[in-house]
Amino acid sequence: MSTFNEEICVPIRSDADIVVARQKGRALAVQLGFSGSDPTVIAAAISEVARNIVNHAKQGEIVLTGVHESSRLGIQVVARDEGPGIANIEQAMQYGYSSGKGMGVGLPGAKWLMDDFDIKSQIGKGTRVTMQKWVR
Amino acid sequence: MHVPILKQGDYLIATIQSVLSDADLLQLRDDLADRVGQFRSRGVIIDVTVLDVIDSFATRTLRGVAHMLKLRGANTVIVGIQPDVAFAMVQLGLTLEGVGTALDLEEGLAFLNAKTKRAGGVVARTGGTAPSSLSKSPPDARTRRGNRPLQ
Repeated sequence: MSTFNEEICVPIRSDADIVVARQKGRALAVQLGFSGSDPTVIAAAISEVARNIVNHAKQGEIVLTGVHESSRLGIQVVARDEGPGIANIEQAMQYGYSSGKGMGVGLPGAKWLMDDFDIKSQIGKGTRVTMQKWVR
Repeated sequence: MHVPILKQGDYLIATIQSVLSDADLLQLRDDLADRVGQFRSRGVIIDVTVLDVIDSFATRTLRGVAHMLKLRGANTVIVGIQPDVAFAMVQLGLTLEGVGTALDLEEGLAFLNAKTKRAGGVVARTGGTAPSSLSKSPPDARTRRGNRPLQ
């Protein structure tokens, strides 16, 4: 898998940055050729992972890139932070489970919205969510 | 971005003008709670047509607003959720259970008219009536609930 555009990096420090991240994600999705409800679905997924940063790590960043793999084209969203990390990822990925003030929808919801989803976390080091969606 | 709230007879209409941050949404909630008391409103329409995404936080906040306003004696209807936004909400497993929703402002007014069953109220959309109910509020709308000091 290779990337082909400049990385778009959106620092996430407050709830207002969530809006910026998802707007940039939507714009990139449209630019990459996503159509129909896909740009909105991608924006919603970005909103959830960005909110996860604000709620749990206070700050981090969202990195958006266009990617291609064999003949398909897609968008990659990376959400990374240096927050407290997630002790039990399996639990965090359970729909309806929340360690904080949320609904417990964010991470599992983002996974449903995207095609590929990967989460890595280390206690005390931070969390990194990588997800892709491919142009149909 | 501040959301303007218009008073229309017994109803309040909040039309969101641009995408909102979490803080803006919470501000809207607080403003509506205040105004419902100030104007003794029976119904509230929140027009979300311009919202690009309704994520878990927005859903939870809108649901909270509706339930809170219900406790203050007003029915809430959310109007204008776009098809793509609705699609993403369904995929996220988000629902607005217990909250009124309608296609647009006109349907929202009809919904509130039916809910609040206003005596002498304008019955919207019967027999092809034009949506002129927007400007007509029953003459007794104020007096019926009047005679009490405003908060």
